[in-house]
Amino acid sequence: MVRLERHPILEFKKGKRVTIYFDGRPVEAYEGETVAAALYASGLRIFSRSFRFHRPRGFFCAIGKCSSCMMEVDGIPNVRTCKVYVRDGMQIRSQNSFPNVNTDFYEIFDRLDSLFPHGFHYKKFIKPSFMRPFFVNSLRKFTGLGNFPKEELGEEAYKKEIECDIAIIGAGPAGLSAAIYAGELGADICLIDENPRVGGQLIKQTHRFFGSAEHGAGTRGIKIAEQLEEEIKRYENVNLMLRTGVFGIYNGVVGAVRDNTLLKIKPKKIIIATGAYERTLIFENNDLPGVYGAGGVQTLMNVYGVRPGDTGLVVGSGNVGLILTYQLLQAGVNVAAIIEAMPVIGGYFVHAAKVRRLGVPIYTRHTIKRAYGSKTVEGAQIIALDDKWQEIPGSGRDIECDFICISVGLSPTHELLYQAGCEMKFVPNLGGFVPVRDKYMETTKKGIYVAGDVAGIEEASTAMIEGRISGLDSAIKLGYGDEKAKEMREKMVMELEDMRSGPFGIRILEGLKHVVV
Amino acid sequence: MTEYCKRGYLLVSEIGEKPSEERLRQKKVAFIECPQEIPCNACVHSCKFDAVLMDNINAPPKMDYDACTGCMRCIRVCPGLAIFMLEIKDDMGRVTMPYEFLPVPEKGETVKLLNREGKEVGEGTVTWVLPPERNEGTALVTVEMNKDLIYEVRAFRVV
Repeated sequence: MVRLERHPILEFKKGKRVTIYFDGRPVEAYEGETVAAALYASGLRIFSRSFRFHRPRGFFCAIGKCSSCMMEVDGIPNVRTCKVYVRDGMQIRSQNSFPNVNTDFYEIFDRLDSLFPHGFHYKKFIKPSFMRPFFVNSLRKFTGLGNFPKEELGEEAYKKEIECDIAIIGAGPAGLSAAIYAGELGADICLIDENPRVGGQLIKQTHRFFGSAEHGAGTRGIKIAEQLEEEIKRYENVNLMLRTGVFGIYNGVVGAVRDNTLLKIKPKKIIIATGAYERTLIFENNDLPGVYGAGGVQTLMNVYGVRPGDTGLVVGSGNVGLILTYQLLQAGVNVAAIIEAMPVIGGYFVHAAKVRRLGVPIYTRHTIKRAYGSKTVEGAQIIALDDKWQEIPGSGRDIECDFICISVGLSPTHELLYQAGCEMKFVPNLGGFVPVRDKYMETTKKGIYVAGDVAGIEEASTAMIEGRISGLDSAIKLGYGDEKAKEMREKMVMELEDMRSGPFGIRILEGLKHVVV
Repeated sequence: MTEYCKRGYLLVSEIGEKPSEERLRQKKVAFIECPQEIPCNACVHSCKFDAVLMDNINAPPKMDYDACTGCMRCIRVCPGLAIFMLEIKDDMGRVTMPYEFLPVPEKGETVKLLNREGKEVGEGTVTWVLPPERNEGTALVTVEMNKDLIYEVRAFRVV
């Protein structure tokens, strides 16, 4: 069964049963799930084809950060199906394939790739010149992602202006904490998130969290999300705007879209808590359906109750990889191995011990060489690395698996910060480009704050503290709160320091030296 | 570089100070396998008897086996599932382990015992179960086994 019926931690409440259509064929779906999850549950692995070499494309990140799952939905091309929720009668079509996505005649281009190197159209098919219009017209038929809509959509569009004290972008652990602490001081808040639920990535974290006992250590991520949601709903001064996507910040004005409405949000302060996205890894066939982001698999399995496959290979032994392995075992999925390029396991020892005692091997100093398979993953080859990170010849071995989870780290979702004009610095210890800020999380662009993974990749527990600090400081600077609020702000700064005082904090502290002014 | 961080499990020689056999025969005692410095103090706050000691939030916990009453508050909250209750009763060893899988075994059932590497080391009998719904999804299962195995067995498989 692809759909999970029983789970030791989670209870899956299915919505109303509806029918969607994939290339005209009916597919069973349940309200509240995304198109990608419903199609995956129906057994579909190839969603579309790439436009150049017609290689299979499928599910990857599940949270709208990549372009792997793009399909045509109700006539609109290039829709990320992991962000669209099913509706009865929805028409979904694959893109760039003929006659269908499984058997695509144009797949031949993948074998003839040597005939079509990058830029071939500058050198080939240009002579004789009178034939050129014909060549160009023919070639154009093969370019572009998807097809233009055949009819005008003709929907009405609206616009609306909203004023508030603080706009918080992202309602994950950091954004929610910021809203709660600033809301408590009485600030008027818009809390904006593109998803239909608050909680960010907490909603797929079934494990109990580490951290300080005062702030929920020992509580499961899903439970923390519920608690924060309940708390946020108590504040009348927090305007929770879900299914709202922010696309830019223009001179302090936040531009967002909800359904057919363009929103112009004019806040006095902005807190950006947009989180992070998963990195991928370079290896042969890394674009095959079956190679997934670890977080994507968590979403599929723990939010929508869909099994990703029968046997997985987990690449990367950070906390995400270790936790995912445990969650796969809980869902009754086998894990062939965890591989790690570093000489030691990256995540917490206790997480590793949890999966080791259930018999999952962890191979340190190993990397993935290639994925096997023509349409979906049918296996993988791993190879040992020496102390100079070079592959050891002859050490390759095959792993039997039908999907591969990539958990090799995260990168901050920093686009809004760039666009707003914040000074950014590349700090590998923090996961990539991160904003320069002061100890209260205010960036070089006055009035714009950051909190959570977008400020540097860390744990949810530290994201929540950063959220509290930014929420408190922005509200205090707007004249809310008294001395007690300032004391609380200092206490949070101290707590954050405490959390980072161990060996896992050394990397973070090193990185922060470059960006905290 | 610590060797256990390469392996992902502790050797019996690395598990630290053990409670005395006399203490094990009195009543059950919490045994923590959390050697790494990580920012977490859930166990310290759960203990009402000051039996779990910690210098700061990153320090590994230390147990005061005489203060421990075997109340099992710590094993219920530990996010690392790194706490086990050990006991010797009627000359048989008993290990209580957190369990987050299906199906949850029943009292009297025979289970396969697994060591820290996931290798089978024998069979044991379930003597007590705290159902998962009474502990936010984490069941606690006590398994009776040969007393020489209580520092080996850290998981089990329902057969």
